[in-house]
Amino acid sequence: MAANPMSQFDVYRIGPEIKVGAFDISFTNASLFMILSTLSVLIIFNIGSKKNSILPNKIQLLAELSYTFVSKMISDTAGSKAKPYFAFIFSLFMFVLFCNMFGMIPYTFTVTSHIIVTFMLAAFIFIGVTVIGFIKHGFGYLKLFVPSGVPAVLLPLIVVIEIISYLSRPISLSVRLFANMMAGHTMMKVFGGFVISLGIVGGWLPLSFSVALTGLEILVAFLQAYVFAILTCIYLNDALNLHH
Amino acid sequence: MVKKIYFQSIFFSFFFIKEAFAAESGGMPQLNPEFWISQIFWLSLTFGIMYLVLSRLILPKISNNLETRKSQILENIEAAEKQREDSDAKLKEYDEILSKSKLEANSIFNQAREKAIKDIGAKREILDNQIDNEIAEAEKEIDILRKNAPDKINKIAIETSSELLQKLIGAEVNNSSISAIVDDLSKRNGDKYYGN
Repeated sequence: MAANPMSQFDVYRIGPEIKVGAFDISFTNASLFMILSTLSVLIIFNIGSKKNSILPNKIQLLAELSYTFVSKMISDTAGSKAKPYFAFIFSLFMFVLFCNMFGMIPYTFTVTSHIIVTFMLAAFIFIGVTVIGFIKHGFGYLKLFVPSGVPAVLLPLIVVIEIISYLSRPISLSVRLFANMMAGHTMMKVFGGFVISLGIVGGWLPLSFSVALTGLEILVAFLQAYVFAILTCIYLNDALNLHH
Repeated sequence: MVKKIYFQSIFFSFFFIKEAFAAESGGMPQLNPEFWISQIFWLSLTFGIMYLVLSRLILPKISNNLETRKSQILENIEAAEKQREDSDAKLKEYDEILSKSKLEANSIFNQAREKAIKDIGAKREILDNQIDNEIAEAEKEIDILRKNAPDKINKIAIETSSELLQKLIGAEVNNSSISAIVDDLSKRNGDKYYGN
C-alpha cells in the first residue's frame, strides 16, 4: 500500500492488454469506475421512471427532483432554446456527479481527477457549442468577440482578449474540475497519512480534520458537477442567444 | 478560502512527496499519457451509452410521468372543486326542503287548530240553540200552566163551595151564582195569591 498521496490517481490495467491498431484501449480501473457510474445512473433513473404513482416513492422522487433541478438550471441560464440539449446536459451533470461521488468512497478511483477525462468532456462541449453557434448565427457568431459599446480605440485589444478568453474555456472548464477533485483527494490522503505517522497521541487532530474534509469534499463533489453543468449552460446560452 | 486551501494542499503534497517519498516515483499520474487513449475510449463509450439510454428511454418517461401527474392533480383538484360545489348546492336544497316542510307543518297545525275551534264553536252554538229552545218551551208550558191555574182553582173553589153549601144547607145551590161570587173574590184576591 503506497503512502504516496498521488498513488491513488494511478491508472492500472485490469485484465489483458487490448490494442486496436496502435492504440491501447485496455480495461483499467478508470474504465471500471466509468462503467460503475454509468450503470448506477442508469439503474437509479430506470427504477425512478418505471412506475408513475401519484405519490412517488423515494427513488422516483430522486429521479424527478434531479430532472426538475437540471431542467430549471437550463431554462434559467440558457432559456427555452436550450431544450434540445437537456438530455446532454443532464447526462453530463449525472456523469460528473456520480464519478465525483464514487471517488468519495475509500479505496475507489476518481475518474474526474484525471485531466484527460475532464479535458475531453470540456473539449467536446467547446467544439459542440462553437458548431451550434456557427449553425445558428453563421459568421454572425463572430460578433461574440466584439462587445457592443466599446470605444473603437480599445476594440483591437478587447477582441484579442475575448478570443483568448473564448479559447481558454475548455482549459478552465477542465482544469477547474480536475484540480478540485485532485486537490481534495490529495489533501484527504495527506491528512490520513498524518493520522498514521502521528500515531495514537497526536493523530486525533488530523483525524478530526479528515472527517471535516470528507464533508467538505462531498459538498465539492456536488458543487463541481453543478458548476461544470452550469458553465456548459452558459456557453450554450452564448451560442444560442447572441447577446453581444 | 476553499481554493486557497486546495492550492496550498497541492503545493504541500508536492513538498511532501519530495521530502518523504523521494525514493518512490513522484509526479502526477494524470500527466502520464500511457492510458490516455484508453480513458478517452472508455469515456466516450460509457458516456455515449449513458447519453443514448437517458435521452431515448429514461428522460422522456420521467417527463411524461411529471406531465401526467401534473394534469392528474389538476384534474383531481377540479373534480374536488366540483364535488364541493355540488355538496354546497345539495346542502342548500336540504335547507330549503327543511324550512319548507317546517312551514308546511306549521300551516297544517294552524289549520287543524282553526278547524277544531270552528267545530267547537258550531257545536256550542247548536247546543246553545237547543238549550234556548228547551228553555223557551218550558217557559211557554209554565206560562200556559200559570194562565190555566186560576180557572182551575176557581172551578175547584166553585165545586167545593157548592158541595159545602149543599151539605151545610141541604139544598141544591145554583152553580152560576157561586161562580160569580168566586170570580169576584178571586179577582179581588188574585194579586195576593200569585204575586204578580
